[in-house]
Amino acid sequence: MQLNVNGKLHTIDAEPEMPLLWALRDLLGLTGTKYGCGMALCGACTVHVDGAAVRACITPLASLAGKKITTIEGLSAHGDHPVQRAWLEVDVVQCGYCQSGQIMSAAALLAQNPHPSDAEVDSAMSGNICRCGCYQRIRAGIRRAAELAASTEHS
Amino acid sequence: MSGSPSLEVSRRGFLVGAGLVISLRLADGAESDVGDPFAPNAYVRIERNGRITVTVGKSEMGQGIYTSIPMCVAEELDVDPSRIKVEFAPVDKAFFAPGFPSQFTGGSTSTRLTFIQMRFAGAAARHWILAAAAAAWNVSPATLSTADGVVTDGTRRATYGSLVERAAKLAEGTPPLPLLKLGEKPPLPLKDPKDFKYIGKAQRRLDGLDKVTGRAIYGMDVREPHMLIAVIARSPVFGGRVRGYRDAAARRIKGVVDVKQVPSGIAVLATNTWAARRGCEALEIDWDEQGNGSLSTAAISARYRELAQTPGLEAKESGKTLEVLASAERSIDVTYEVPYLAHACMEPLNAYANVMADRAELRVGTQNQSQDAEYVAAAVGLKPDQVAIHTTFLGGGFGRRSNYYSDFSVEAAQVSKAAGRPVKVVWTREDDMRGGFYRPLWVSRFRGAVDASGMPLAWQHIVVGQSVYANSAVAKFAIKDGIDPSSVEGSVDMPYRVPHHRVELHTTENAVPVLFWRSVGNSHSGFVVNSFLDELAHLGGQDPYELRRALLAGQPEHLNLLDLVATKAGWGQPLPAGHAQGIAYHESFGTRVAQVAEVSVVDGKLRVHRVVCAVDPGIVVNPLMVEAQMQSAIVYGLSAALHGEITVENGRTVQGNFNDYEVLRLSEMPVVEVVIAPNGGPVGGVGEAGLPPIAAAVCNAIFAATGKRIRKLPILPALQTT
Repeated sequence: MQLNVNGKLHTIDAEPEMPLLWALRDLLGLTGTKYGCGMALCGACTVHVDGAAVRACITPLASLAGKKITTIEGLSAHGDHPVQRAWLEVDVVQCGYCQSGQIMSAAALLAQNPHPSDAEVDSAMSGNICRCGCYQRIRAGIRRAAELAASTEHS
Repeated sequence: MSGSPSLEVSRRGFLVGAGLVISLRLADGAESDVGDPFAPNAYVRIERNGRITVTVGKSEMGQGIYTSIPMCVAEELDVDPSRIKVEFAPVDKAFFAPGFPSQFTGGSTSTRLTFIQMRFAGAAARHWILAAAAAAWNVSPATLSTADGVVTDGTRRATYGSLVERAAKLAEGTPPLPLLKLGEKPPLPLKDPKDFKYIGKAQRRLDGLDKVTGRAIYGMDVREPHMLIAVIARSPVFGGRVRGYRDAAARRIKGVVDVKQVPSGIAVLATNTWAARRGCEALEIDWDEQGNGSLSTAAISARYRELAQTPGLEAKESGKTLEVLASAERSIDVTYEVPYLAHACMEPLNAYANVMADRAELRVGTQNQSQDAEYVAAAVGLKPDQVAIHTTFLGGGFGRRSNYYSDFSVEAAQVSKAAGRPVKVVWTREDDMRGGFYRPLWVSRFRGAVDASGMPLAWQHIVVGQSVYANSAVAKFAIKDGIDPSSVEGSVDMPYRVPHHRVELHTTENAVPVLFWRSVGNSHSGFVVNSFLDELAHLGGQDPYELRRALLAGQPEHLNLLDLVATKAGWGQPLPAGHAQGIAYHESFGTRVAQVAEVSVVDGKLRVHRVVCAVDPGIVVNPLMVEAQMQSAIVYGLSAALHGEITVENGRTVQGNFNDYEVLRLSEMPVVEVVIAPNGGPVGGVGEAGLPPIAAAVCNAIFAATGKRIRKLPILPALQTT
């Protein structure tokens, strides 16, 4: 079976029911995408499938034929996606384990809605749990990322 | 090792780190480095290309020690902390706690115990760099000054990297840097705090880039050659054992390689986590429940509530509490209860182990390196110095990764030994949540009386619950005269002065394992003490803030912070319709925290709008981190206060994942305003101290809004009753 991950085609030997999460982590060695709950409850495994935020832990490989998957490793070449830059500027992370998922959710939100309202941020990000409680800085990070993305576009 | 542990470790640390250094250098495109680095002690190493590496002996679990320790070294070494590379330390005496022969991270001790030692390490390195420059220029070191990694005599300049070779020669043969005792002055002068360039200034995290790019390696991410992944079918009942099992169906699953019985259950080893997990589900296991199959939290709670009606062991008596209560005219008698709580770290437990004939390697996110090495060695028949613990990043700790049986590390070693190969044991979320080692369920009964003017006169607090320290390696030192101090911390030493103050303790035992959970005993005492104080304020017709002021009179370190939070929160000033405020104050881990919560309850639905948090940690190393830790503890405490509850029925933990063990989500996040007001020292811990007041601040606000007193957590189900 073939998977298109971060712009590269990978041939993997796995059952079609295997959730994408384990193919990424255990078969392809892309460990930036995290396991937190296995039931799409925590968002730690969030990746992009054709640009939309998807929980890899409940997404079977069979559903991914012909689709483009982006993981945290492929979000930007040098960790310089506006969300990543904003995250560093605001010093969002603590333990960091949930942050790949937070960043992928935030990046998908901003791609779709470059200037989300507070309510839209709450709604888009409430599927991502952070036990360290970085929520306030995540909100600030998303606001800052929106500014950075806007200034990049205009420059 | 004998004689020169620090020199040993610096050499070993270099060898272990060499690969990492090379890869970083190539990635950075920096020029190649030749020759040995200058490693004057176990904590700091300077290379000819100017690269400075600090070896951190504490685990990074989000609290920011990976940044704070380098800041302390950098301050005295006089380099910008942003330039420092960080490595995790091997297990070694150089990283033991002063006066305690163990390498661990917990109890909000990291900054408190290393603040002087790490500055000493930086000062010692700078001493040799200065000596090298002085020798090169034939001047006295006293005539030289430094700034961000450069030495100057006013006209000439030399980078630290250019002085490495000479410094190493000068330092050769000097004894290793001593591990200072607590309070001991280092033999080298340290900076006057007023001259600090970096300590006290906002410093962004040194692990930030690795964590926003997915490059940071947690235990869960470890991948090693020939490694299999194991998931373990564990007893559904606490303490249960395998009587027999059938594994034919499990072995037929694609990817499953082996099945082994270990003390904690049946391990299915596979080439990927999904296969291992499915293999576990396919096992047929006959469990011996060891008589625990009828255990329930309902029965535990009922028993505790009965015990609370009887005298306990006296933990404190400051007057004649019982006599005063017997004759009091205005008194109340109320009982509080808080549930078992899981830590629910974002990263479920896991450990990698490779047990060989004469040694073992572990890669694990642990808070307890020394004990892990010792217990792993005992479990697989090795000596502790044959066990190497490589610490990874921790996806949260909160106490769970400081288990007093070293459970997850020992188990991984047992599976590796049984299978004869390297294994990473992965706990599922359900394994993690149902695996016990919870914050204890506590019942607190209070009897209190106020005098004719409404001032508290007598305060009796009967605490009922399990001892956290009872099963720990330090039980015999920690528990005195039957009192586990962590059971009554924050209660016996509450800052509020009541003339007759009595605390009693019933220490219970049952099969639910308990453990340290962020702020330990303070996680319940902060709630019940501040809630009951509000009840007495109501009984005596007093404002909750003014009553606290009166009971803190003459203690400016407490009173100032309380006044600060009240001012910042606008206590007593008009609020939006339906909003109300609650206040709470607690000191723990050497740090004082006052909080005001603003809430509304509309149609039974609670919303926490705003929390103002004033914190006095004595000395601030990194204000960005102090603020983050206050926000963090408030969220962790709100998760518990609003939602958190582990219940046990028929010996089985009911909750298994985030659908039935809910935690705070971003949509519920209040605005948190942190005010940092350090009193100048000594330095306190900030990882836990922000948690104890929050539940009481919220419940006191709910009372102000609705007249409803919450005496049983979590709040949300309690709000729905009566």
